[in-house]
Amino acid sequence: MRLGLRIIVLIKQVPDIEKVRFDVETGRIDRSSAPAETNPFDLHALEAGLQIKEKLGGSVTVISMSPRQAESSLKDALARGADRAILLTDTRLAGADTIATAKALAAAIRKLGEFDLILCGEKTVDGDTGQVGPEVAELLGIPHAAYVCEIREITHEWIKVVSDMGDKYLYELKLPALLTVTRELNSPRLPTLKDLLRAKRSQVEVWTADDLSEYVPLDQLGFQGSKTRVVKVVIPSTEHRRGIMLRGDEAVEKIGMIILSEVLGK
Amino acid sequence: MSRRGILVYAETIGSEIHPVTFELIGKARELAEKLDLEVWSTILGYGIADKAAELIYHGADKVYVYDDERLRDLNVIAHKSVLVELAKEIEPEIFLLGATPWGRSLAPRIAAALDTGLTADCIDLQIDKDGELLQIRPAFTGNILAHIKTSSRPIMATIRYRVMKMPQRDPSRKGEIIIRKFNDVDCDGIKCLGKVSERRINLADAEVVVAGGRGLKKKEDLVLLEELANLLGGVVGVSRPLVEEGWISKDHQVGFSGNVVKPKLYIACGISGSPQHLAGMRDSGMIIAVNSDPSAPIFRHADYGVVADLYEFIPKLILLLKNRKEM
Repeated sequence: MRLGLRIIVLIKQVPDIEKVRFDVETGRIDRSSAPAETNPFDLHALEAGLQIKEKLGGSVTVISMSPRQAESSLKDALARGADRAILLTDTRLAGADTIATAKALAAAIRKLGEFDLILCGEKTVDGDTGQVGPEVAELLGIPHAAYVCEIREITHEWIKVVSDMGDKYLYELKLPALLTVTRELNSPRLPTLKDLLRAKRSQVEVWTADDLSEYVPLDQLGFQGSKTRVVKVVIPSTEHRRGIMLRGDEAVEKIGMIILSEVLGK
Repeated sequence: MSRRGILVYAETIGSEIHPVTFELIGKARELAEKLDLEVWSTILGYGIADKAAELIYHGADKVYVYDDERLRDLNVIAHKSVLVELAKEIEPEIFLLGATPWGRSLAPRIAAALDTGLTADCIDLQIDKDGELLQIRPAFTGNILAHIKTSSRPIMATIRYRVMKMPQRDPSRKGEIIIRKFNDVDCDGIKCLGKVSERRINLADAEVVVAGGRGLKKKEDLVLLEELANLLGGVVGVSRPLVEEGWISKDHQVGFSGNVVKPKLYIACGISGSPQHLAGMRDSGMIIAVNSDPSAPIFRHADYGVVADLYEFIPKLILLLKNRKEM
């Protein structure tokens, strides 16, 4: 019997969505307006990985495909307890849609060798697609469960999880498998100061597209390999809202009338 | 041979068709007229064969039916295998699925297997002046709307529930129902062991949502919102912090990481209006916001903003509505 589970966690660095500003004219995202952070959903995936490692032994490897600056998110993952961090970074990987992203990540996972469990957040706060996880699972030919809100049981051979699809379903997956997780799954731990100092000195491995060439044709990655293109970005207008402000008892009367006549048609 | 159809996946809940399916068929019909294509649909499950006609009544020309006990459970490998095989055979130009949790889990596997582009959670589909399909979707937690084109075929997209119009049901409509055999695939990697709980309320279908946020002082005060919601035939929603406090189940959560709602009326009580909350309710018909802080961001997204203490305002509103209702 082999020892421990080889766990991979996929993470992404995103702008802090509560602070980020957009240029209404061009639809561009002003990335300098907000600090970057690890996608909040991914922290729950990492926490799940760390908890499983603590229970069954093994290792947690985090992978991120990002510009160089995402190294800080990977170091944060190391501080929280990940054993190894890999940054896929290359201009040839930039501008990737979800399929091209999934191909790069699947290639990196293949390069790492055998694994038992892949974890990722249900979606990111910037792309909002939730597609990369299931796409990676398909490319690797392994089962997946999405919107996992509870891990019931895990052994070296299988995992039982609850998937929140409105109604909740219990699934058993044979390992290796992939899970996308919701924020209900757990509460991510915070690294201690000691952990942070240790992680600061630790190394993030940097891989480029060339490191993946044995596992995927490079023309299938990045912008070149993308099948979807954003042709335009617009900021949803709030102008159609009337924005009428009311105060005091007059407001009660007015709102009451509006609800009765306009909405309930009485 | 050129591609001749738009394929719509009919999602089933038990043996019922999810209503998003009909909305998609309605939209597919509209696109099909412009692009000179047929509308195809496919339904998978067990004991669902008699439902195929409904898809035709709502606008499908052809329906591919896979009725097999092994397709009863939501097994993502089994369903994916069937749909990939069908798409390879009939080669649709466009392939649409509902952006339900199940649809958003299933569609990416199909797209990866077909090596084609997939656009998530669209809120509109349009044909541009070049006759090409534009897929419009929110991104950055709903802060932007991206217009997306796909270079590969089929063009795949998942579409949000309740953004497309429900087409008229026409039981005199004719179409072709094609019964298919499920070729067994190895899907032992995943087993559905059953449903562990049902969603208690259905926020997505609600016509009126009365939602509470951090402005509520304690769990018990949700009763206040419940009373208003009951009076208006609506349901109670909440912002994320209240779910995280454990006051109420996630079924009630409105927002990016909860439920996206589109009621006729949304009343936000003591909700400041974080981006993550706005992403879940910004498309509501009418938005009324009640908040004691006049600078709360929610007011910028409201039709009517009331600067008031919700503990004073809501009971008065309830009283007024009760009086009028009795009149």
